[in-house]
Amino acid sequence: MATEVVSMPQLGESVTEGTIGQWLKNVGDPIEKYEALLEVTTDKVNAEVPAPVTGTVTKILVDPGQTVPIGTPICEIEVEGTGSESAEAPQTSAEEAQTVEAQTAPAAPAAAPQEGRGRYSPAVRRLAEEHGIDPARVNGTGAGGRVTRNDILQAVDHKGAAPAKTAQPAQAAPSAPAASFALESAPAVIDDGDTLEPLAPVRKVIAERMVRSKQTVPHAWLMVEVDVTGLVELRGRLKNEFKAREGVSLTYVPFMMRAIVEGLRAVPEMNSQWNGDSIVIKKRINLGMAAATDRGLIVPVVKDADQKNIVGLAKASQDLVQRSRAGRLTMDDLSGGTFTLDNTGAVGTVLTYPVINAPEVGIVTMESIVKRPVVIGNTIGIRDMVNVCLSFDHRVVDGAEAGKFLQVIKKHLEGIGPDTSIY
Amino acid sequence: MAELSYLEAIREGLRQEMERDSRIILYGEDVGVRGGVFRVTEGLQKQFGEDRVIDSPLAEAAIVGTAIGAAVNGLRPIPEIQFADFIFPAINQIVQEAARIRYRSNGAFHVPLVIRAPFGGGVHGALYHSQSVEAFFAHVPGLKVVVPGTPYDAKGLLAAAVQDEDPVLYFEHKAAYRSLKGEVPEERYVIPIGKADLKREGKHVSIITYGLMVSFALKAAEELEKEGVSVEVLDLRTVRPLDVEAILETSKKTGKVLIVHEDNLTGGIGGEVSALISEHALFYLDAPIVRLAGPEVPAMPYSAPLEHAFMVTPEKIRDKARELAKF
Repeated sequence: MATEVVSMPQLGESVTEGTIGQWLKNVGDPIEKYEALLEVTTDKVNAEVPAPVTGTVTKILVDPGQTVPIGTPICEIEVEGTGSESAEAPQTSAEEAQTVEAQTAPAAPAAAPQEGRGRYSPAVRRLAEEHGIDPARVNGTGAGGRVTRNDILQAVDHKGAAPAKTAQPAQAAPSAPAASFALESAPAVIDDGDTLEPLAPVRKVIAERMVRSKQTVPHAWLMVEVDVTGLVELRGRLKNEFKAREGVSLTYVPFMMRAIVEGLRAVPEMNSQWNGDSIVIKKRINLGMAAATDRGLIVPVVKDADQKNIVGLAKASQDLVQRSRAGRLTMDDLSGGTFTLDNTGAVGTVLTYPVINAPEVGIVTMESIVKRPVVIGNTIGIRDMVNVCLSFDHRVVDGAEAGKFLQVIKKHLEGIGPDTSIY
Repeated sequence: MAELSYLEAIREGLRQEMERDSRIILYGEDVGVRGGVFRVTEGLQKQFGEDRVIDSPLAEAAIVGTAIGAAVNGLRPIPEIQFADFIFPAINQIVQEAARIRYRSNGAFHVPLVIRAPFGGGVHGALYHSQSVEAFFAHVPGLKVVVPGTPYDAKGLLAAAVQDEDPVLYFEHKAAYRSLKGEVPEERYVIPIGKADLKREGKHVSIITYGLMVSFALKAAEELEKEGVSVEVLDLRTVRPLDVEAILETSKKTGKVLIVHEDNLTGGIGGEVSALISEHALFYLDAPIVRLAGPEVPAMPYSAPLEHAFMVTPEKIRDKARELAKF
């Protein structure tokens, strides 16, 4: 009898664990090779995991909603054509099988408490500080991968001889200790009739990131009013023709993206990341665009936005939106952002204070375009006006640079007329 | 050096003290003619006479109350409460009077009194013959509470208790009486009250305990040694006053502390020890302080399997310490 053990797959480069979304097959179900076996959710992606072999699902080791590290066995499939042995001698092996089950069952939950990572005992914190060691880079041997006092002491011993920790610099950023977002929160009051909704994995990630951003990044905020009468005219003139020719709708988003790219070129500090004792000026300009889906807020990224024209940006952004609504984004689609655009106008607002998508330095919103009476020279005209709001990391840039950045955006958008070429 | 049982060490200690100091008198239920229900005082009445080894009525309040009076008036009484479970009728005398006379009289009077009482379970003694009562008295300023865990400590602590000028409660574990043996010097020696003893050195986990549990913890430590877990065992010996220095030292050394007692958890000695550690050694801790104690059940059951389930055993200590080492 051959049993194939299915492990939690790696769904992205920096991904270390996955959550079982739902099992698409139950114990006893036959399954074809490559047929969808389960749904796994990581930070923000849902992915279907195909069966590696044809056979019968015999054991499901991890329940939906549980998060386990990459490589943890999650289910067993009895490979087709080899599974009759146990059926032939059921009387003798039934008892045996039960004891085996009893022995293996407790092993599964043991993998669950991965909470050991990122939480350090007072002794570990003190020793790490005294010896200048980053506990996040120490290999934990305690329960659930916890870094123990002895792990630190050993790291101290090895520090002089071989700096093992530099061997994996790529690990540094993703393994930064997770901010615990629940610890200091005021407790909720639960009254009769209230219902408790358990946190979906996506909700947890959003909560954690929002808290971390708001607690660690000093947000500052600016806004400019932009006259986009010319842009509205241009789009009105082109949209049908554009749709027919390019197959996607022409929205204001790609124009805004172009304007942001101009702003980032003029003020490269806005396209950077805070790095403790330095600032990382990013070379690539990858624009994240906040998108609401029924699974929650996600931020897919248009890579190398500075190398695309309006058509390219329109296609890239709509592709991401469509795939995000279908839950078909990859990890790659969601990583690598250097700046974020939040199209809040889509929900009808005129003023927003967006939360920075740390470690990025800024996030701008494009609010609703509204017709307003505007004084131009000595006359009053009816103009299409839009507010552009910016939250920025005040550690990295000050109001002067941030203001300059917004002025470039404003100038660019206001420079678009009914006859501007989009190619 | 002779190898004595825990019980014999106490008897020899009593004999030596009585030979040394004629002010010492023993009394209690059956301590004279019968030599005590456990035979701790066997032969002492024959040796020292009926005036110094006295059979008392079954009245614990009176035993302690008269002992206080005798002590205040210049004798060094060592009353025995036949089972620690029976000490409660005397609690008013112990807590209100013995513990407070020095304070109340501004030092004019004091009570050099040693109350001996067998305590603890695991001997099929059921509800009224198995209790651990040390925590009740450890709460009271003015009292000292010692709980020896080896024959050697039993004799040395008895000497210290007898020469103390204030009331000392001396709790002897009855399961230890004949199960624990060890080398005990013939000559008199004194183990100071309030001094803990490092019974075993280790690196990974500290077990802090007292009484019978010391030998259990040492057994657990030996087994864990084979698994590569190095366990340190600190015997408190005195539960009031606690040896804060020794408690902190071992806690800082290993960063992982398991406190063990047979007495139930809530309000037990372990809570006090744990609080001291978290107050003074927080930044040395590598794991939550763990307590292993008797269950929150009104009393020791009579049924053998239930009694076994109630008792803290070497296996339970081993498993807890292993778990803590892995944390």
